[in-house]
Amino acid sequence: MSKPSGVLALEDGSVFRGFSCGAEGEAGGELVFNTSMTGYQEVLTDPSYKGQLVVMTYPQIGNYGITAEDNESKKPFLEAFVVRELCRHPSNWQSVETVEFFLKKHGVCAIEGIDTRALTLKLRDKGSLRAIVSSVDLDGKRLVEKARGLPSMAGSDFAQTVTCDKAHPWTEKLQAGPSGLGEFLVPGRPLHVVVVDFGVKYSILRCLATLGFRVTVVPAKMTAEEILALKPDGVLLSNGPGDPEPVTYAIETIKRLIETGTPLFGICLGHQLLGLALGAKTFKLKFGHHGANHPVKDLTTGKIEITTQNHGFCVDIDSLPREVKTTHVNLNDGTSEGMAHTQLPLFSVQYHPEAAAGPHDTRYLFKRFGEVMVEKKIHA
Amino acid sequence: MPKRTDLKKILVVGSGPIVIGQACEFDYSGVQGIKALREEGYTVILVNSNPATIMTDPAQADRTYIEPLTPEFLELILARERPQALLSTLGGQTALNLATALAERGILEKYGVELIGAKLDAIQKAEDRQLFKQTMQAAGLDLPRSRMVTDVRELREAGRELGFPVIVRVSFTLGGTGGGIAYNLEELRAKVGAALEASPVKRVLLEESVIGWKEYELEVMRDAKDNFVVICSIENVDAMGVHTGDSITVAPAQTLTDRQYQQMRDEARRAISAIGVETGGCNVQFAVEPKTGRRVIIEVNPRVSRSSALASKATGFPIAKIATKLAIGYTLDEIPNDITRKTPAGFEPSIDYVVTKVPRFAFEKFQSDGEEYTLDTAMKSVGEVMAIGRTFKESLQKALRGLEVKKSGLESDWKGPRPTGADEDKLLRKLTMPCADRIFWVKAALEAGLFPKEIARLSKIDPWFISEIQELVEFEGRLRAEPLGPQLLREAKSLGFSDAQLAKFAGKPESAVRRLRWKWGIRPAFKSVDTCAAEFEASTPYFYSTYESGGDDPRPKGPAAKRRVVIIGSGPNRIGQGIEFDYCCVHAVQALREAGFEAVMVNCNPETVSTDYDTSDRLYFEPLTLEDVLEVLHREKPYGVIVQFGGQTPLNLALGLEKEGIPILGTQPSSIDMAESRERFGALLKRLRVPAPAWGIAKTVKAARALARRIGFPVMVRPSYVLGGRAMQAVYDDDALKEYVGRAFQACEHPALLIDRFLSDATEVDVDAVCDGVDVFIGGVMEHIEEAGIHSGDSACTLPAHSLTPDQLARIEECTKKLALGTRTVGLINVQYAIKDNVVYVLEANPRAARTVPFVSKATAVPLAKIAARVMTGTRLKKLIPKALWGSPQPLPYTATKGVVLPFIKFRGVDPTLGPEMKSTGEVMGIDADFARSFSKSQSATGMALPTSGSVFISVRDEDKGEVLAVGAALGQLGFTVFATKNTHAFFGRHGIETKPVFKLGEGKPDVIDLLKQRNISLVINTPSGQRARSDGYRIRRTALELNIPTITNIHSCQAAVHAIAVLRESPLTVKSLQEHHERLGYTISAS
Repeated sequence: MSKPSGVLALEDGSVFRGFSCGAEGEAGGELVFNTSMTGYQEVLTDPSYKGQLVVMTYPQIGNYGITAEDNESKKPFLEAFVVRELCRHPSNWQSVETVEFFLKKHGVCAIEGIDTRALTLKLRDKGSLRAIVSSVDLDGKRLVEKARGLPSMAGSDFAQTVTCDKAHPWTEKLQAGPSGLGEFLVPGRPLHVVVVDFGVKYSILRCLATLGFRVTVVPAKMTAEEILALKPDGVLLSNGPGDPEPVTYAIETIKRLIETGTPLFGICLGHQLLGLALGAKTFKLKFGHHGANHPVKDLTTGKIEITTQNHGFCVDIDSLPREVKTTHVNLNDGTSEGMAHTQLPLFSVQYHPEAAAGPHDTRYLFKRFGEVMVEKKIHA
Repeated sequence: MPKRTDLKKILVVGSGPIVIGQACEFDYSGVQGIKALREEGYTVILVNSNPATIMTDPAQADRTYIEPLTPEFLELILARERPQALLSTLGGQTALNLATALAERGILEKYGVELIGAKLDAIQKAEDRQLFKQTMQAAGLDLPRSRMVTDVRELREAGRELGFPVIVRVSFTLGGTGGGIAYNLEELRAKVGAALEASPVKRVLLEESVIGWKEYELEVMRDAKDNFVVICSIENVDAMGVHTGDSITVAPAQTLTDRQYQQMRDEARRAISAIGVETGGCNVQFAVEPKTGRRVIIEVNPRVSRSSALASKATGFPIAKIATKLAIGYTLDEIPNDITRKTPAGFEPSIDYVVTKVPRFAFEKFQSDGEEYTLDTAMKSVGEVMAIGRTFKESLQKALRGLEVKKSGLESDWKGPRPTGADEDKLLRKLTMPCADRIFWVKAALEAGLFPKEIARLSKIDPWFISEIQELVEFEGRLRAEPLGPQLLREAKSLGFSDAQLAKFAGKPESAVRRLRWKWGIRPAFKSVDTCAAEFEASTPYFYSTYESGGDDPRPKGPAAKRRVVIIGSGPNRIGQGIEFDYCCVHAVQALREAGFEAVMVNCNPETVSTDYDTSDRLYFEPLTLEDVLEVLHREKPYGVIVQFGGQTPLNLALGLEKEGIPILGTQPSSIDMAESRERFGALLKRLRVPAPAWGIAKTVKAARALARRIGFPVMVRPSYVLGGRAMQAVYDDDALKEYVGRAFQACEHPALLIDRFLSDATEVDVDAVCDGVDVFIGGVMEHIEEAGIHSGDSACTLPAHSLTPDQLARIEECTKKLALGTRTVGLINVQYAIKDNVVYVLEANPRAARTVPFVSKATAVPLAKIAARVMTGTRLKKLIPKALWGSPQPLPYTATKGVVLPFIKFRGVDPTLGPEMKSTGEVMGIDADFARSFSKSQSATGMALPTSGSVFISVRDEDKGEVLAVGAALGQLGFTVFATKNTHAFFGRHGIETKPVFKLGEGKPDVIDLLKQRNISLVINTPSGQRARSDGYRIRRTALELNIPTITNIHSCQAAVHAIAVLRESPLTVKSLQEHHERLGYTISAS
């Protein structure tokens, strides 16, 4: 029963002792908490967590193991995983391996036995903190110093580290079932969507493919001209990790795409980059939004959507140019959750309409993107 | 959308008496709902027949009708009050059925009343199985294959089509009454026959079996703008086949991937949209095939429910309150989340702990011929416990020790390897057949070396839960092998092991383990329930303990500390200890808060008002064991603790708390002990010169027989220190005594038997009083309808006493005062008397809140529990009670009668008769100008409305023959046809009373059972003779019960009934609100 020791040290000097339950080693970054009660596999494989350590507020993680169907990218990108208790005996008809095995296989450090609620309270009060998890160095003091030496999240471009190498098509659809999207039928050739990959989640691509779009995924640094050469009906600016401000190349690309009148749909980091390209400002939230229960109000319909969120930065609503309208706001803190241009065919949301993990309330947005593309096509 | 302004006055329908399947959760939801409506400025009219509820306190609604929940009485109230709307979704199945009946009979339309919460159409789509099936299929949801039958002749084909086992479902019944599982054609025929009887619509649905599938529930809300949120997901540990009310359940769901869970959420959304639930809370149940993941929808309840109460307590989200606000037009984004105050209610709670609910059963009271009770789709549990821990292991252990079934956690007595032969069979059967204590057998099986997989296969419990239990079993190996050091102890505590459990491993007393733990500084952390997993600051103080490394949550900021009182609740409901005690606890909290104290509540029952997040200043959701309560007290450091309101549960802790130096408010533990110990109490009675039946204590069979001979038969025998008359019995001769003694010693930890002279045919009287150490205030003198010997909890009673003489009343009063002072009571005291041959005997005195306190308080408008709470915190009675009320008991300008409801229908093969052991689950109150009318109302309220014409069947034991003559004669004069069996017929004939003869069973056809089945009898009078089971009398009573024919099994009730019928025939009953009744009293007492 004796488990290998592990230590979690924070830049504020606090040290949490627990047991290592992933790969041996040491990993640091910004510590954030996620409040989803299900969907740890999606969290583990979400590229937006690059540069971050994730603490799950739900205490029992790993109950259904890892499935073959629920990865959101080819591998985990987060720096380390922090849980109260990791399950060694998963039970589910889709389960193929344990989380522990998965973490070790992919070399992800993880620690369990942590009072994750106490840790979350700290992050809520102090904001996201730099932190380090180690199973090789158990000296708390030294680890705190190491944590303090880590670079800050603000000003770091992580997108370029998680994007794909080269352009490639995507055809895999969502599994059939009660949550599926219907097909978005258009006469003639299918609509072509180019997805700029800043760390895109597979579910975004699956939603697009399910609607019947032709999907091409391209690297983050692809220029506007290269993108336009692919003759897209629309460009989706994907989610991704880190601060949008240092991703200057993307902002330039988007500015150019806006000029050409190409339909654009931004999600999460894509929303922030679009905001910057439109002349708005972004700022860092105290501890971000990471979870699957955030209420968002659609200002056009007045309805509430329960959304999946994963972001540390945010578009400043007050800085939006007059021709850009806020379409969605977060009901918890009033921050920007969506915007649309009054003349141009572009819109974006801060939350994750593809969900995964989270409720499927907002998948209709992918259809809306289809409508925007069709309208543009008709007018063109 | 803002609230509706076209509505001004709204009628809220409560759920009536506590029955199996419908308990205090509807008081909790009703209280929230009424509060929400009044906050918005609506005039609220409430109707509920249950006086033991907080919702029927006169200050809750604007007008409160404690009247029977029947369409007839509802119509009277509608005609009188003319509300614009009726809110039917807070009062359980009872209110929903009543709303349906009122709508279908055109009564709502007649009075222009709109149904809010759930429309008739939605109720029908959810409740009518065929409509439900069509609606779900149209919405694209998968269901178990099914087929509707109206006749037993269709069953052979149905069985072939669906395959056995087949599930039998009945429309519009509560807790699945009449439903069940049939494993073969023969069983199917029996079940469907019974189900057709039970169903008011005479249709039964047969379904493909999903027994053994995983079972899930989602508690969801939807508003008029189609906003939809899931408040909580619940996973049942016991698989499909066990009613969810009888299952161990956990929240949130543990073993679904996000994709699987979200698909279920999508389907729940579709389902309730299709049903048309637009404004409120809803419960949606699913079954999931464990190997393929095929998911079918099982049912939708378009109302708040037991599960929604659990979900509210589990997450901190007040479902009933929000559902009510939605019903009056608000949308989810317009309502703030009370816990965070800053974020809106339109979100999905995230929790960072595991909640486990465990049901509590009462099979021991309904044993027939040693039958082993198994669980099925008809609910049988009488209460439940909820526990919160950071892991399933911790919360399960907490829940089990909170259950008060002599387990200090997940304990099994199993020792040694896998058994063989009959023992192995027993073990395997215990795993396979769901039963009340199966969870302990799962652990036993693991200890015996069975593999988790094997146990999962047999029990259909998901392997995840079994593996979690396996971890506990493995850890116990370490507890056996290693000395108890700080590290091991810390680990054990985080796995939920109690001090008592560890004490057994360490071979030390529990207190020694606790000292050691404290010495090592190992104490629980108190974390809060905040709906949001710590993401936002919570302002509502609702806590649970857990052994965690990171310490307590920061305390919410508040005003400077006031004097603090901790009130210990009553734990899980059980027969003999239910809502009445929660009522008293809530009253204590209210009175103390109003008086400027800080009131802190500790309880573990999720159904109650006491565990609502805004009832007390702080709420601790904890098992009520000495260990858990001491930890709360260590943190709270109160000025005092109140133990006398929660029934036996907190009283059992009193001595232990006192030993730890905890100040107990009011009556001291030694006085409580004095009243409970017959030796000490006997000495007191002697000293006070108060008459009592002769009695004695025997510790051996021989001594018992000698004692009984000395006292003289009949005697009342019981083990000492028992609740609710457990194993108590009137014994008429030496043989019966011998037989009893053997059994009785089993039911009792202390091998001591109390033997009292049994005062047969005496009048029993109950008195509730408050004493401050100097003065004694008599709250009420209640006269029982049934004679002494029937448990007071099962007796109907009236206030004021309807047949006592002024002299008897004066003697009762004097005696009560002597006893209150003699026992040094500070607070409440209940004294029971028996009057025989004009001698007033004391039967027992209990210096604590009694079950009757809410009834008395409601009848007299004197809030006894509140007054007692004030007295216990130092206020003199003279200050609290106006002068006019001192002196002899107040003459009331009306009569209140308490009636009881009994759960016999749920327990196959049980004889529906009363005795010294309590069996009722709930109570009702009838209130009207005189005894006859109030009695008649109380009968209607229990669902046994007295007939005013028709036929009566009479069959009584010889002892009652004399008295039944007058009854028969009176019924004849009232125009009833009286049927009697040969001997009784002849007996009546000899006395010149005309009756019709009917065959006894076996004498010929048609016999009395046939007569009942033909529905030719509207009232059965049958008093049981002797102890013989399976007698004719038994079959008659059982048949009448199953056919829902009013049955009177006791000669005294019979006389009351005849009297009431006579009055009923003169003029119909009318309704009046409690506030109007109280106005006539000329006083108001708030006790604040």
